[in-house]
Amino acid sequence: MTDVAPLPTAIQTGAPAFGGIDRIPPEHPENARPDFIRIHGSAEFGELRHRFRAFVVPVSALFFVWYLTYVLLTVYARGLMGIKVIGSINVGLVLGLLQFASTIAITIAYQRYARRRIDPQVRLIRARSGIADK
Amino acid sequence: MITATGITGSPALNTMVFAAFVVITLFVVYRVSNRNSSTTDYYAAGSAFTGSQNGIAITGDYLSAASFLGIAGAIAVHGYDGFLYSIGFLVAWLVALLLVAELVRNTGRFTMGDVLAYRMRQRPVRAAAATSTLVISLFYMLAQMAGAGGLVALLLGVHDKGGQALVISGVGLIMILYVLVGGMKGTTWVQIIKAAMLVLCVVLMTVFLLGKFGFSISSLLDEAAHNSAKGERLLEPGGQYGKTPIGKLDFISLSLALILGAAALPHVLMRFYTVPNAREARRSVVWAVFAMSVFYAATLVIGYGASALVGSERILASTGRENSAAPLLAFEIGGTVLLGVVAAVAFATILAVVAGLTITASASFAHDVYANIFRPGRTDSAQEVRVARRTAVIIGGLSIIGGILANGQNVAFLVALAFAFAASANLSTLLYSLFWKRFNTSGTLWAMYGGLSCCLVLVLFSPLVSGAPSSMVHGVDFHLFPLTNPGIISIPFSFLCGYLGTVLSKTDRADPAKQAEMEVRSLTGIGA
Repeated sequence: MTDVAPLPTAIQTGAPAFGGIDRIPPEHPENARPDFIRIHGSAEFGELRHRFRAFVVPVSALFFVWYLTYVLLTVYARGLMGIKVIGSINVGLVLGLLQFASTIAITIAYQRYARRRIDPQVRLIRARSGIADK
Repeated sequence: MITATGITGSPALNTMVFAAFVVITLFVVYRVSNRNSSTTDYYAAGSAFTGSQNGIAITGDYLSAASFLGIAGAIAVHGYDGFLYSIGFLVAWLVALLLVAELVRNTGRFTMGDVLAYRMRQRPVRAAAATSTLVISLFYMLAQMAGAGGLVALLLGVHDKGGQALVISGVGLIMILYVLVGGMKGTTWVQIIKAAMLVLCVVLMTVFLLGKFGFSISSLLDEAAHNSAKGERLLEPGGQYGKTPIGKLDFISLSLALILGAAALPHVLMRFYTVPNAREARRSVVWAVFAMSVFYAATLVIGYGASALVGSERILASTGRENSAAPLLAFEIGGTVLLGVVAAVAFATILAVVAGLTITASASFAHDVYANIFRPGRTDSAQEVRVARRTAVIIGGLSIIGGILANGQNVAFLVALAFAFAASANLSTLLYSLFWKRFNTSGTLWAMYGGLSCCLVLVLFSPLVSGAPSSMVHGVDFHLFPLTNPGIISIPFSFLCGYLGTVLSKTDRADPAKQAEMEVRSLTGIGA
C-alpha cells in the first residue's frame, strides 16, 4: 500500500503523470461527492429545515383535521348539513365547496411560501457547497 | 339510438372518435419517442418535462374511468355522497404537495424503492417496495380493465362476452404499444392528451348545463331533486352510505384511505421523476390541483345535471346503471356526436391509466428487483430497459387476461382498495424514512409487510369476499370484519408496525451519516 501512496498527491497538485496525460481528471466541485455531514450541520441547513417544517407540519395537521371534521359532519350531523342557505344550496354543499377552496388556497399559499422562503435558502446552500443550481 | 336496455348512441361514430384518438396518440408517441434505450429515457423521459406538462399528465394518470363515470353516476343516483369522493380525491393532493412530491423528487431517481432503500439495506427494502408496487398496480389495473368490458357493452353495443373480450384485448394491446414504443415520454404525452380532452369535455358539458339553468346552481339542484326518486334527500348526505353505524364507520375508513393513499400510489410517485428538479415537481402538483379542482367541480354539476335532465329512473334502468349517467346526459344535451366524444374520452381514460400503471410496475420490477436485487452492479442501463420492456409485455398480458376474467364482476372496490394499500404500506414508510431519524430497515419491512398483510387479511374476511349479497363468493360466509374498506385499521397499524419494528430491533441501527445525507438531499436536491 505504501508504494502507491504518492500517486494521489501528485494528481492533487496537478503534476502531470505519464507524459502529461492525467489518468484521473482533475477534481471539479461538480464531480466531488458533496460533504453531506458538513452541510447537514450548517446553520443554513438548520434554517432551511426549520422553514420547511414550520409551514408543512402545521398546515398538514390543519387540513387533515378540517377534512376529518367535514367527513364526520357529513356522517354524524346530517341535520345540520341539510339546512338550506340560499335557495336549494345547503350547508353540506357550502362546506364541500369550502374544501375545494381551502385546497386551492393552501396550494397557492405553499407555492408563494416556497418561492419566498425555501427556494432562496436552497440556492444559498447549494452555492455555499459549490453545486450549480439546476 | 336509445334502446330499452341502454344507450349505444351510434356505435360506429363512437368507434370512429375513439379510433381517431388512438391514431393521433400513436402518431404522437411515435414522433416523440427517441430510441428510449437508457433507463433515464425509458423510466423518466429524461426528466425533461416541465412542471405544467407533468401536472396535466398527473391529472391524466390520476383521473380514471371510475372518477369520471363513477362519480358522476354516484352523484346522479345517490346524490351528495358521490360528491364526497370528489372531495377526498382532491384534498389528497395536499399530502402530495406538502409532504411527498419535492422530497421524493430530490431523493430518488426512478421508483419508490429508490427513496425507501436510500439509507436502508438495499435488497430487502427494494423487494418490499417492488412487492407493494406490483400488488397495488395489479389491483388498480384489474379494476380499470374490468371496467372496460362494461364500457364496451354500454358504448359500442357489444353485448356478448366473446366480443367484449376481443375489445379488452385490443385496448390492452394498444396500451402495450404505447409503453413499448413511447416509454415514459410517449406515455406522458398520452396522459396529457387524454387529460386535456377529459377536462375540456366536462367543462363544456358543465357550461352548457349551467347555461340551461340560467347559471343558477339552485335551480339546477331543484330540478335534480325533482327528477330523482330520492327527492330532496338527493341534496343531503346519507343517500349511499351510513344507513347503519357500521356503514358510517366504513365511510370514514374509505375517506381516510382516499386522502392518505393518493400521494403514495406508485404510478403517481413515478411521475415526479419526469421533471428536472423539486421546484418543477412542486409546480406539477400545483397544476394538477388546479386541473382537478375544475374537473371535480364539473362532475358535481354533471352528476346533478344527469339527475335533472335524464332522471335517476332512466339511469338505473340502462345497461351500465350508474356508470351510464354521464353518457346518457351527453346524449341528452349533445346528441350522438357528444356521446361519441364522451365514449372516446372514457376509453382514452382507461387506456392512459393502464399505460401509466404498466410502465410503473415494469420499472419497479426491472429497476428494484432485476437491477438491484438479482444483478446488483452487474447490469447496464440498456439491459435494464430490455428487462423493463419484457416485463411491460408480461404485465400487459396479465392485465388483458385479468380484465377478461373479471369482466362483469363487481370489482370497482379494487380502486378504493388500491388506495388503502398505498396508504397502509407506502405512505407510512415514505413519511418515516423522510422525517424520522431512527427509522431503520426492520421498521421499513414491518410497516410495509404489516400494512399490506393487514389490508389483505381484513379484505379476505370482509363482506366484499363473503357473507353479503354483493360478495365475490356465494354460499359460504366466513366474514369476520364488518367494514369493506380496511383503511381505518390498516393505516394506523402500518404506522405502529413501523414504530415497533424500529424500536424493537436492537442490532439494526439507522446509519446517522446516511440519514444526514438523505435529509440534505431531500430538502436541497444536492447529489440528486
